[in-house]
Parts: sequence; C-alpha cells; structure tokens
Amino acid sequence: MAKQGSNRLNRREVVRTLLADRGDTCVVGGLGGPSLDLNAVAFHDLNFTMRGAMGAASMIALGLAVAQPSRPVWAVTGDGEMLMCLGGLATIGARQPENLKIVVLDNEHYEETGSQRSHTALGVDLAATALACGFRWSATVDSDSDLERVHKDLKEKPGPALVVVKISQEKLPPAKQSRNPQHVKNQFRKALLGEDFPGP
Amino acid sequence: MNDSTAQAPAWPAEIHKVLRATDVKQVCYVPDGGHKHLINLCHDDPDLAVMPLTTEEEGIGVLTGAWLGGQRGVLLMQCSGAGNCVNQFGLLRICNLPFVTLVTMRGEWGEANPWQVPMGQNTEPVLELCGFTCHRVEKPEDVAPTVEASIDFAYLASTPVAVILGQRLNGAKKFHN
Repeated sequence: MAKQGSNRLNRREVVRTLLADRGDTCVVGGLGGPSLDLNAVAFHDLNFTMRGAMGAASMIALGLAVAQPSRPVWAVTGDGEMLMCLGGLATIGARQPENLKIVVLDNEHYEETGSQRSHTALGVDLAATALACGFRWSATVDSDSDLERVHKDLKEKPGPALVVVKISQEKLPPAKQSRNPQHVKNQFRKALLGEDFPGP
Repeated sequence: MNDSTAQAPAWPAEIHKVLRATDVKQVCYVPDGGHKHLINLCHDDPDLAVMPLTTEEEGIGVLTGAWLGGQRGVLLMQCSGAGNCVNQFGLLRICNLPFVTLVTMRGEWGEANPWQVPMGQNTEPVLELCGFTCHRVEKPEDVAPTVEASIDFAYLASTPVAVILGQRLNGAKKFHN
C-alpha cells in the first residue's frame, strides 16, 4: 500500500499510460488539472471534461454507467474534487455498477488555488474510504510497476473500483483556451449515441 | 394524510405512470415523506434504475450522466434539497442540459416545524435564480399533467424544470410531542 507523501509519478504520463488502449471507454474528467491532462495527452470525443461543477465527476460517471451498462465508464479526477464527493462513494457503493472505475490523480494538494494541503496529505485514505463504501476493489499506487498492474486490473476486473495514483506536485502549463462546454457535450453524445442524438 | 391508516393519495401512482410513459429510466432521490409512495412505486418497478443519494447535489451529476448516456431521469427531493444543489445547478446552465426535479414543499401550508420555513420560503426564488422554470401544483388532479408537461418541456427545449408539489397536496405534517 502506497503511503501518504509518496508522490512521484508524473500526472500526464499516468493519464497517457492508463488511457493508451482505452477502446470505447467513456471518460468523465473532473474540474481543473485532470481535465487539462485528458485534453493534453488523451484527447478523445468520448471525454466529457469540465472546468467547474466540483464534486460532480464521479456522479456523472455513475449516471453514464447506469445508462450504458455494457461500456466501461471512468471518472478521472483530482483528490480535492473527489473529497467534495465522499457521499457519492456511498451512492456508488449502494448501486454497484460493475462498469464504473474512478481514477484519482492525488497530489495531496489544491494546486490551482495556491498549493494548500488537501485531506489526503492529512491522513485521509480515499482507497480505504471506497472499500468501506462497498466498492469491489481499490488500490493506491506510487510506482511505475504498480501502475502497470493497476492498468491491467482497471481493464479486466469488474468494478465499482477506485484507484488513487500518487502523482507529483507540479505546475501545469496554462490551458491555451477553454473548451466550449456545449461543444464538449454535443461531441460526446454524438460519439456515443450517433448522429440521431446530437441533442439540443 | 400522515395518519398511518390513511389511504395513499392517487397522484403518486399517476406520476409513476407518467415517468413510464415519458421514457424516464433513472430516478434518484433523497427521501421525503411527501415522496414516500412514489419512491416505493419506483423501487418496485424493475424497469427503473432507482438510486438513493446521500445529498441532492449528487443527483445533478447522475442525471447529467444519464442524459449523456441517452437516458432520461428525474430527481425527487424535499425543498430543503434545492439549497444543497446551488453550485451544481451551474453545470445544467453552462452545458444547456435538460433536467427535471419533483420537489415536495415544506415550510408553508400549516407547517408546524419552524426549521422548515427559511428554505421553504426560498425554494422557488433560488430555483428561478439558477435558471429553472418552476411549475407549482396545489391540486391532485393537476399533478400528472404538470409532470408530463415538465418532462416534455425539459427534454424537448433542453432546460431545467422543477415541479413544485405544494405542501397542501400532502397536508401539513402532524407532530405529536
């Protein structure tokens, strides 16, 4: 079990590795860094990325996983965003969607607001919380070999699952531009549901 | 109406029929006494995915995901829950999403618990500030047509709609101290 403070993996390399062979996986990106990471190194029409609505990523992934039970659905989010939705872990545990996986890019800080320490730097264990909420499995990883193992598990083992990846603290390059949320939404629906469902 | 021997009113079953007829597939809720019968009917329906939430704001995300995945849904809540949702309502607005919530009122008609009054008084103004159209219902015969029109409105015009089920429909909650 990786320990608090063992942050060394590079966030963009982690996202690139875990999503390199994603197939038809739908991915919901939590606000801030994780959505920028997804756009930078794992851009895909089946990404629904956000720069707001803190705490919503895992819940959007839940509604999507229920609507599309044969598709893998992931939420890729940060420690702060996940902490704002701890109750949501209980809601997912109560529902038990096998196709839902959550990846938490955990740098133990609120990087965007001035690097304040988050609860995961202060003793809170998100992987243990998920298990206590009834998730089928969870893991905390802080090395390349662990990441490879968990990459395989994310593809092969049914969920609900939560994986905490201890990433290093680093400043992200600023986003060149904010993606239009309605464009992201329509692009996602079209990629998932086809031309008949671009939606208003 | 809160007497345990009282018969269930007809309108919760009528809402359930409307949900089925309008192709709603996901129902999420934080329980409220006013939604008791409807919640039971939904749980007994194997064709609905029924999800209890720990707080109402989770429902904004769940139903956004449902819609992204091609399904319709509704959020059942008491009016106090509207206050818990405010920041997440921004998601509906920035993405121009359809959304339907059925809100049972407290803090108005015959209310005996003063703690219910502040949010009860603010429910509709808060929802309207957040971009909702509110359709208030006071009479049992208006419930089903209002829910049906609200679901059509939300999903065809892609806008958030709240059906406000007035406290008069359920009767004031009686406290036996």
